[in-house]
Amino acid sequence: MTCSEFLAELGDLLDDRVAMSLRSDLEMHLKGCEHCVITLNTTRKTIEIYRRHEIYELPEGLRERLHAAILAKCKKGCE
Amino acid sequence: MSAIQTTRSEEVHPDVPLVERARGGDVEAFEQLVKQYDRRIFRIAQHITQNREDAEDVVQDAFLKAYEKLEQFQGNSKFYTWLVRIAVNESLMRLRKRRTGRMVSIDEDIETEEGSMPRDLAEWRPDPEMMYGQSELAEILRKTVQGLPPGFRVVFVLRDVEGLSTEETAEALGLSVPAVKSRLLRARLQLRERLSRYFRKKDGDGGK
Repeated sequence: MTCSEFLAELGDLLDDRVAMSLRSDLEMHLKGCEHCVITLNTTRKTIEIYRRHEIYELPEGLRERLHAAILAKCKKGCE
Repeated sequence: MSAIQTTRSEEVHPDVPLVERARGGDVEAFEQLVKQYDRRIFRIAQHITQNREDAEDVVQDAFLKAYEKLEQFQGNSKFYTWLVRIAVNESLMRLRKRRTGRMVSIDEDIETEEGSMPRDLAEWRPDPEMMYGQSELAEILRKTVQGLPPGFRVVFVLRDVEGLSTEETAEALGLSVPAVKSRLLRARLQLRERLSRYFRKKDGDGGK
């Protein structure tokens, strides 16, 4: 397996969607290719870091404004 | 330990009874759905519009539209996926307005080869996030993700940040599953490449 072939499967590998038959080929490639090990590990870390950190917080007051808007809509349409 | 780890997880959302109650006129049930998803919808809108005011408007418009159209929600998809689809459309409309009528779509700017082959192959520090303070790190992450082409960014945000499945992301964006997978991989590789600048091991970091 070449690095390009490995990269083509990287998405499925990260999402744990690789077919069993292909899995051993990927493992085999990783055993002999430090670059692809680094690519796999750092891409996985990239995803983890973005999942862990909330980079946009809900603005203050937005929930209250939303609540008021929904109630206003409800008064018009609920009765 | 194997280098290939299992990362997939299934999540079950108890939305169905809430949607049913909201349809029957129970506004509190709808508000519960709002509280459950307002943060995520805000983040998605902010990622697409890259403008805080627009993102706030999108959140309000998307929830009000969902409330109005609750009768039309078929229940074939999850409520959240349906809501995301509304929010994505509202966000693109806002973006269009701001760019004075110029057509804006999530297909823009994706003809790039950047990041399709990894170039920075340095290892990262074991705890790269510890190198920066919380706000500095948030700024790095914001700046980096904002640099992605919009069509990659929205796929990455829905799939990897907000936890939609590949199929749900495709449904929410009106894309095919192969298109989502290809954009997602390119987005992940581009982000990895750019974050490498901040997180790579430096000379003198030692063996650890």
